[in-house]
Amino acid sequence: MGKMENHFDVIIIGGGPAGLTAGIYLSRAKLSTLILNEGTIGGQMILTHEIANYPGFESISGYELARNIKSQAQKFGCKIRSNIKITSLDFTQEIKKVIINDEEVFTSYAVIIAMGGRSRTIGAPGEDKFKGKGISYCATCDGDFFQDKEIIVVGGGNSALEEAVSLTKYASKVTIVHQFDHFQALGHYVEEAKNNSKISFIMESEIIEFIGTEKLSSVKIQNQRTGEISEMSIDGVFIFIGYVPNTESLEGIVDLNKWKEIIVDKNLMTNVTGVYAAGDCIPKKFRQITTAVSDGTIAALNAAEFINNFKKQNENFVTS
Amino acid sequence: MLKTNLTHVLSEKEHSELLNNNESVMICCGRMGPMCIPVYDTMEELENEYKQVKFADMEFDSPDAKVIRNLPECRSFAGLPFTIYYKNGKVVEATSSIQSKEQITEILKKHLSNGKNGKSF
Repeated sequence: MGKMENHFDVIIIGGGPAGLTAGIYLSRAKLSTLILNEGTIGGQMILTHEIANYPGFESISGYELARNIKSQAQKFGCKIRSNIKITSLDFTQEIKKVIINDEEVFTSYAVIIAMGGRSRTIGAPGEDKFKGKGISYCATCDGDFFQDKEIIVVGGGNSALEEAVSLTKYASKVTIVHQFDHFQALGHYVEEAKNNSKISFIMESEIIEFIGTEKLSSVKIQNQRTGEISEMSIDGVFIFIGYVPNTESLEGIVDLNKWKEIIVDKNLMTNVTGVYAAGDCIPKKFRQITTAVSDGTIAALNAAEFINNFKKQNENFVTS
Repeated sequence: MLKTNLTHVLSEKEHSELLNNNESVMICCGRMGPMCIPVYDTMEELENEYKQVKFADMEFDSPDAKVIRNLPECRSFAGLPFTIYYKNGKVVEATSSIQSKEQITEILKKHLSNGKNGKSF
């Protein structure tokens, strides 16, 4: 096989903490490494205003931490392409192929998938239309637009209850709408919300429609038990209903579980030899920056071993 | 000042000069928050591609950012950043909250294309 254009030892798909960490380890090991990232480098890390539990930093913004890790990876020679669209993946051969923007082809011996996750949306009519015009997914970004207004927080996990309490700094009234009859959040978050006089609860219910003209003015809420639908006037809705893995494009390429997370072995290898996965797109109990960094390290070291073995076994075959 | 590599608009006067000196302008008015950073990031990437467009940012909390906050086009906005697209000094499009690269390029192509520069035209 001749020398190929755009060939790397390893391609990492995703530029969050898992992907960037893998990039540091692999490029430092002198393996040619390319990170392909569909959005902004940093992944969900940049959604965090202040990180206070990342070792070595008493306090740092997610944006700054992402920039630091990116710069560290680039210093070791890691190439990074962000804001691209991955349009094709072919892992059926020993040489893996990734096409971006329908035109550029990249190949590698190994791939690490670190595509992370994204905020789950409700998917009800009007949600797209009123994003930024009453619907928000970030309390610290948009809370101050709702000074003395009445708002809804959707969700029942730690984020939803914590943000509901923080939004009472601005809003005159916060109604938590949750689909179950109990909260998944830890006890102290629930207690704090229940003890806040500005917060009320609508349980076993879901928003089924967002209504307004220029901006959001009301929502339709359906009780999950009775089926009853009511309309509620509201100035804003903040949505915190968890995350979904960004794995839609991997259906039929690597094995996924019923939650669409990538199934991996203890070395973080998928069912496809030479293809690893790391970070929030694999099954795990705790989704933290530190756990993603750990995954990135493990996947990178195993991928490096795989590549080195592959090169030894195919000395006359490998491209430089 | 926002920590981006974009041109920073720091005052009402600079805002006015920017519009007077450039036919096509995109200004993202926000903070260093999670909904704003991806928009700045995309703008930084598009600067080389859309050379006829002047890309800039403005701090949402600066008093002079009222030139953007008080635009009639932003009346219904309740999510950062406020992103404004100008052609010959006039607002041709305004968006609220995070936007994807596809959404941004669609607006650039629709309103700020001159048919000469930028490989996407």
